Amino acid sequence: MKLISRILATAATLALAGLTATACAPQTSDTGAQQDDKSGTLRIWLFQEVNNKPKQQVVDAAVAAFEKSHRGAEVEVEYIPVETRTQRIKAAFNDPKSAPDLIEYGNTDTAGYVKDGGLADITAEFGAWDEAEDTDPTAKQSVTVDGKIYGAPLFVGVRALYYRTDVFKDLGIEAPKTQDELITTAKRIHRAKPDLYGLAVGGAYTYGAMPFIWAHGGELAEESGGSYTSAIDSAAAQKGIKAYTSLFGDDNCPAAKCASMGGNATVTAFASGKAAMAIGGDFSHQAVEAGTVKGRYAVVPLPGLKAGEIAPAFAGGNNLGVLKSSSHRTLAVDLMKQLAGKETQGQLFDAMGFLPTYTDVRTEAAKKQPFVEPFIETLGAGAKFVPASPAWGRIDASLVLPTMFQEVVSGKKDVPAAAGDAAKKMNAAFTDAG
Amino acid sequence: MAYKTAAAEPAAVPARAAAHPPRTNPRLPVKLPRRGGASTPWLYLAPALVVLAGLLVYPIYQLGLISLLEYTQAQVSGGEPTTFQGLGNYRTLLADSQFWQVLLATLVFAAACVLATLAVGCTLAVLLTRVRALPRLALMLAALGAWATPAITGSTVWVFLFDPDYGPVNRILRLGDFSWTYGRFSAFALVLFEVVWCSFPFVMVTVYAGIRAIPEEVLEAASLDGASAWRIWRSVMAPMLRPILVVVTIQSIIWDFKVFTQIYVMTNGGGIAGQNLVLNVYAYQKAFASSQYSLGSAIGVVMLLILLAVTLVHLRLLRRQGEEI
Repeated sequence: MKLISRILATAATLALAGLTATACAPQTSDTGAQQDDKSGTLRIWLFQEVNNKPKQQVVDAAVAAFEKSHRGAEVEVEYIPVETRTQRIKAAFNDPKSAPDLIEYGNTDTAGYVKDGGLADITAEFGAWDEAEDTDPTAKQSVTVDGKIYGAPLFVGVRALYYRTDVFKDLGIEAPKTQDELITTAKRIHRAKPDLYGLAVGGAYTYGAMPFIWAHGGELAEESGGSYTSAIDSAAAQKGIKAYTSLFGDDNCPAAKCASMGGNATVTAFASGKAAMAIGGDFSHQAVEAGTVKGRYAVVPLPGLKAGEIAPAFAGGNNLGVLKSSSHRTLAVDLMKQLAGKETQGQLFDAMGFLPTYTDVRTEAAKKQPFVEPFIETLGAGAKFVPASPAWGRIDASLVLPTMFQEVVSGKKDVPAAAGDAAKKMNAAFTDAG
Repeated sequence: MAYKTAAAEPAAVPARAAAHPPRTNPRLPVKLPRRGGASTPWLYLAPALVVLAGLLVYPIYQLGLISLLEYTQAQVSGGEPTTFQGLGNYRTLLADSQFWQVLLATLVFAAACVLATLAVGCTLAVLLTRVRALPRLALMLAALGAWATPAITGSTVWVFLFDPDYGPVNRILRLGDFSWTYGRFSAFALVLFEVVWCSFPFVMVTVYAGIRAIPEEVLEAASLDGASAWRIWRSVMAPMLRPILVVVTIQSIIWDFKVFTQIYVMTNGGGIAGQNLVLNVYAYQKAFASSQYSLGSAIGVVMLLILLAVTLVHLRLLRRQGEEI
């Protein structure tokens, strides 16, 4: 025993000696830029899409144009996998030396990245940029934190109602006009065709559920004086939660299967012919076209409470942002304008189907591709965005809202209790984020 | 760390043997005359100690340190200064009712996994000694296959086997479209099957090797006396295999307490409304997914303490029964 304690004591001494030689505290990086070089190599990270080739061609053309107009500047493009983007981007913030100058990022991450000290404030450059005037307000909101601008919107993504035209014709019904009708139609279809989900819903499909809450006048959170308070337990929001969760059950989408589904699972169910309706994005179009239901479906905006109303959709999408640590700030901003400019966005739409963030480019796009019309109509009716708080990243990652829906769906809690608990968790995150 | 424990066991035997030579093994030389100064043994130990300090002590020190700070992504990337919180993270953690639920679930689940793994592993090890060469080879290969399968692949395949729509298991058992991952207990049971499947080979192979080392005549004498298979195991094999059983038990406790992949993959990150969370997945969600590294570290420290306590209590109980291991 004595020997062991002596070994431990020596080990501890050795360890301490080692520590004093190296760093004692956990590392904190300095992400502030030291200089602004007007030439050299610019590095940019873009997301690797499922079918990346067309995106790459558009980007290559834009980069070539940029290099032509900026002598002495070279651009290195890297495509990073979407699944590990969070880790990659965090790593870039932690290690400014190997970080890129410009990144593509999901627009719900804006506030979090700003708090992390990762993104550069480009309010002045954005204000002086002529094309930015036509940016639609929701897209602009997605790059704005506390009135300052931290990037340029690259594209928006929005969801609408996909439905099976053959099934509807078979049963002699029309596309639903109101939310109540949507719910009764879903149940009616499931009764007539029990092997189909009426409307495929998922307990983990937050962005498919949000329109129900927003349509009832509910909100995720309310801002006052720069800080947010959760509003998910308000009476209006609870009505929306009740409406959405009423779709889980043996009369539409059995809870045992649907409680754990996320957005992709519901779209897959629709694409493979297992659902008569689904809430899918403009970005789901390719997946549905590749499924067995090709040519037998149509898309309409998700109906609101009254006939003629459209339920507010979540305005997803990606932005481009300049890193605070970039030593080529001016060049990086120019490259950002090139890639997120009207011309490139128009080409990206042609190549990838990404909806442009400029209202005029979008109108052009709708003329070329009629299938995007319901999505553009949805955006036009006013899409909504998640709270621009750094806490959102944590609320999203710790599955606060999916947990709430799943608790209700599986009968563990009733709506007021589940919503109350979710509000508590959200408020804790908002308080911590300051 | 699982490996560390295993490696430390044999090393501890000679150390203690040297401290109390008469009690443990009279055949060992009592004391060698010392050559060189008192520092000589340390010189020999130094390389190992330096590696241990670097790989073990330093990370644990950092873990402990971070758990006392406010350290989130904003602090790592320099958006905000790092502040000292004292035991604030631990207070937050202990006040979180979900933490206690998860802790309880983890303890019960790990205990069930350890018992099931040991039972299956030991039974099959005994079976191995009693079958002919060909079935033994088949069983060995099957076990090695399970052992060699990466946890993530194994989990994915198991989920598919038990899939309500396409899985063959439901079809064979005529369960219709019963969803295994929906109910809390059925989901835990499903994960338990997978954990047992991928960890019993280690127990089986180790115990089998141990049984082979038992002198044939002892087992033969027992069967000549008319002892049943169970009786031979209980009264002859298990006592003689005690050191091996201790190692595999501790290893299993540590592994099963730290289960991550199986839960994460099979229940989609913790099950419906987090009903299947275990400590490791919970720590991951707090530490990495939501970037609260300091809170995640606090969970890590708590896990470390629990595992240390369990291991120490286990060793202590064995010593009290008068066994040296």
